[in-house]
Amino acid sequence: MSDLTRMTAAELAGTIAKGDASAEEVTRAHLDRITAVDGKVHAFLHVDADGAIDAARKVDAKRAAGQELGPLAGVPIAVKDVLTTRGVPTTAGSKILEGWRPPYDSTVVERLRDAGTVILGKTNMDEFAMGSSTEYSAYGPTNNPWDLGRIPGGSGGGSAAAVAAYEAPLAIGTDTGGSIRQPGAVTGTVGAKPTYGGTSRYGLIAFSSSLDTPGPCARTVLDAALLHEVMAGHDWRDSTSIPQPVPPVVEAARRGMSGDLTGVKLGLVTEFDAGEGAEPGVMAAFHDALAALTKLGAEIVEVSAPHFQYALPAYYLIAPSECSSNLARFDGVRFGLRVGDDGNRSLEEVMSLTREAGFGAEVKRRIMLGTYALSSGYYDAYYGQAQKVRTLITQDFNAAFEQVDVLVSPTTPFVAFPFGSRTSDPYQMYLADLFTIPTNLYGGPGISVPCGLSEGLPVGFQIMAPTMADDRMYRVAAALESAVGTLTPPSLEG
Amino acid sequence: MAAISRDEVAHLARLSRLAVTEQELDTFAGQLDVILQAVARVGEVAAADIPPTSHSVPLTNVLREDVVINCLTREEALAGAPDVEEDRFRVPRILDEEA
Repeated sequence: MSDLTRMTAAELAGTIAKGDASAEEVTRAHLDRITAVDGKVHAFLHVDADGAIDAARKVDAKRAAGQELGPLAGVPIAVKDVLTTRGVPTTAGSKILEGWRPPYDSTVVERLRDAGTVILGKTNMDEFAMGSSTEYSAYGPTNNPWDLGRIPGGSGGGSAAAVAAYEAPLAIGTDTGGSIRQPGAVTGTVGAKPTYGGTSRYGLIAFSSSLDTPGPCARTVLDAALLHEVMAGHDWRDSTSIPQPVPPVVEAARRGMSGDLTGVKLGLVTEFDAGEGAEPGVMAAFHDALAALTKLGAEIVEVSAPHFQYALPAYYLIAPSECSSNLARFDGVRFGLRVGDDGNRSLEEVMSLTREAGFGAEVKRRIMLGTYALSSGYYDAYYGQAQKVRTLITQDFNAAFEQVDVLVSPTTPFVAFPFGSRTSDPYQMYLADLFTIPTNLYGGPGISVPCGLSEGLPVGFQIMAPTMADDRMYRVAAALESAVGTLTPPSLEG
Repeated sequence: MAAISRDEVAHLARLSRLAVTEQELDTFAGQLDVILQAVARVGEVAAADIPPTSHSVPLTNVLREDVVINCLTREEALAGAPDVEEDRFRVPRILDEEA
């Protein structure tokens, strides 16, 4: 038997369906891999071995009974620790939720269980999904499998690293400003942010409610599409869920794998190429990928998006504002940590001591920044103005999509950076999301797919599509993958 | 000129219910100043007549069908609470004794 941990999710599902390996064998192989390498990678905050074996046995029993299996039945998956899992610890990377066992499953997790996927455990992340490196996790950073001294991206660095290190073929991430795509880029994996409202936020611990979007992480575009179809679709429990059918992303990925992009127009955002820009090595890999796509028949069209340069500032007003409101629920009353309740202190004092002890520095910065932007006297100049800029960015996208089918850019301006190099100046960390943020403000889908190496480290290629046209980006991503191949990190053994 | 003073950061911390230390105040004041100066760039955009966007999806009230469904039991709802008394969340005193 070939190494089960090296197989794609699509291959594993086929292997299980045919009976060449049981779901339990597949699950045990991945649990063994986690035992062998996660001491070095630290992708997981919690491994649920018993729950995983139980879920795998259910799939095996179903198959033995001759029942039909779904497209990902028996395939192991890792879930970012920001999505609730009933009875299984969920911390969002924060001390304030240490030891919390949610009494309910998020919709995404419920759909994973219904599909027969096997949840291996919960992955590390920047606290409350605020960060681009996992260095803001209260439980220590995840190490990039490509170079253990470098960041795996963030906030979903654990999910991306688990997939890159063959600890899981699939993982769930959440993307508010790039938290699926940027980790995908720097770990050489595929990460997709669906259209906002295309995947449910029910049971996703809220950071910025108008932006948060769950999505798939995988090693191939087809695997990401298969997971996308399983997790997406309307959910009555999420008031911003879109009541429309899931775009045909699997069909689009299969079509793209044929390598023909004749007639497809790729928009190159002029301002991205000329502006603050990316490292030379990243731009070189990006332009090589563009050349590969034109060989497949795609046409490159330059488009202007004049307000994209204001996306980063607008995002760092909107997201902290929403976070300052959302994180008010962590008050030491109904769940999580409580500090300083000595019988004399008031509720307000206990609340302040609890939040001071439970939140890390980046979360505190963003809460205060958001409180500032929303306070009377500053509201119009900051939060209100940022919302208007959001409208203008949306108009830029709409105008661009009248000329082209998708927009393309590097996913992130720089390859995986060494730990500690961007933590002293928080704004330097924010720049990691320069190219991913516009899509979040607009609400459309975006995907990062590996396109080569720079200085021996992976570079991601980003494809952005119109709202609810997620299938378009999968087609282009699969075509690019067929041209440039997938990336394999150095061995973690020894 | 600084966009935000140390005193203003102390005020924000109070509003945010964060019992920050003196040392944190020094650090945060400097960092928030850098961030605020950078994000203030949104003010360069002429947007007086532009309507604001709060969500990319048009928002309307979404109501589910008026039927009884399962909800958390009392035990489940209280299971994660830091302190429970008589099947309720126990909280520190809310009003001052003198008040």
